[in-house]
Amino acid sequence: MSDKHLSSQFDNELSAVSTRVMEMGGLVESQIRTAVYALAQFSSEAATQVMDAESRVNTMEVEIDHDLSSIIARRQPTARDLRLLIAISKATANLERAGDEAVKIARMVKAINASGSARSVPASELRVASELAVALLRKSLDAFARLDAITAFSILKEDDAIDREFDGFVRKLITYMMEDPRTISASLDLLFVAKAIERIGDHAKNIAEFTIYVVKGADVRHTPMDQIESVVN
Amino acid sequence: MNTAVAAKERAKITVKDLNFYYGKFKALKDINLQIPEKKVTAFIGPSGCGKSTLLRVFNRMFELYPEQRAEGEIMLDGENLLTSKKDVALLRAKVGMVFQKPTPFPMSIFENIAFGVKLFENLNSTDMEERVEWALRKAALWDEVKDKLNQNGASLSGGQQQRLCIARGIAIKPEVLLLDEPCSALDPISTAKIEELITELKHDYTVVIVTHNMQQAARCSDYTAYMYLGDLMEFGATEQMFFKPVRKETEDYITGRFG
Repeated sequence: MSDKHLSSQFDNELSAVSTRVMEMGGLVESQIRTAVYALAQFSSEAATQVMDAESRVNTMEVEIDHDLSSIIARRQPTARDLRLLIAISKATANLERAGDEAVKIARMVKAINASGSARSVPASELRVASELAVALLRKSLDAFARLDAITAFSILKEDDAIDREFDGFVRKLITYMMEDPRTISASLDLLFVAKAIERIGDHAKNIAEFTIYVVKGADVRHTPMDQIESVVN
Repeated sequence: MNTAVAAKERAKITVKDLNFYYGKFKALKDINLQIPEKKVTAFIGPSGCGKSTLLRVFNRMFELYPEQRAEGEIMLDGENLLTSKKDVALLRAKVGMVFQKPTPFPMSIFENIAFGVKLFENLNSTDMEERVEWALRKAALWDEVKDKLNQNGASLSGGQQQRLCIARGIAIKPEVLLLDEPCSALDPISTAKIEELITELKHDYTVVIVTHNMQQAARCSDYTAYMYLGDLMEFGATEQMFFKPVRKETEDYITGRFG
């Protein structure tokens, strides 16, 4: 928030909670990166790291919600302050879920490793989609921190790219499974991984929508792109 | 400037190009707005922005002071209040006002209410008793005073006195009720009772309230007007004004960024 309140304490509280969200975002982002690395290398060790971070992310979500309740109770925020606090609450819920998706990926990596079929599935085909998802989440957090509706809008378009990657990957996976039915079990695990990556993109997109909500005061969820575009411009 | 009232609302008071002067000082500048009928309209803004002045123009309270004058039109149901030849007392019977500090008359609770009614209507004692009870019930005060109607109005608590003043205001069955910071001297419970009452009153009256308490405006009004230095900055549905006002100035004020 650029302009200052008459109450500097209010400013401090808002900036403290915003900082917490960015910390949480950083934690989830590194969780996802580690999960993607675990997948690329079939590293059970990296997968364990991802799972270990989950409780910290969960705790942060609870703490941020507590801070938000306290600000709402004591400050009765209105207009853009109110929109910001609502958006923070929604954004942290999305971050927490994105973290859950990273944990899912980590679990699948461990399952694939345990089945011994790591080399027989096309995990590397997920590289593009997973990098897109990580980049999108980072970008959506940046846009949220800077309250940049233009960048947020561009994220909504980019999420479609991840969805297309996902569809393409599913087709490839089917080919693998048909060629060698012994890969079916590992391929199904990989399908869950692909779905998790696709969901991370969705969470990034949701955060971008909340950024537009804060800046423009319009709820653009479930809204056609051309309408969102006219809201943003 | 966003002064459009949703088309479904009928305007009770229409203000056109209103300017108001305290001597040479221009306190209201080209005000244009429509106050919807049977709704609560709140005026907010920092001290000296002209919100109380505007309220005082609505029932020509300013005419008590020779150096104060208003230019423009204030149409109440099609009649310009400012040029009306009607007796100002009749106007005030239509447009009642309740002030910041409770102002009970130095007489009994009963007489406080009956006094104004007697000026305009000739009721027999049964009808008058009924009217007093009706007004006190409307003002959510009846249960607290029904056993002591002959006691002096000043013996009531601040919140009760204010509700007595509101009862007095509605006893003469006005069409518009002007409330000038009616809760600023009251504790939260009395405030809540009066806010409850305001919500109740809008079924029968057009209510205009001036308040410094923005949360109060948010809680009990349907429309809100933000004024600043004699200008009407923004007027719109309360929900919109407190969620996404059109003007940055309004947003800065209601979020406490006004400096």
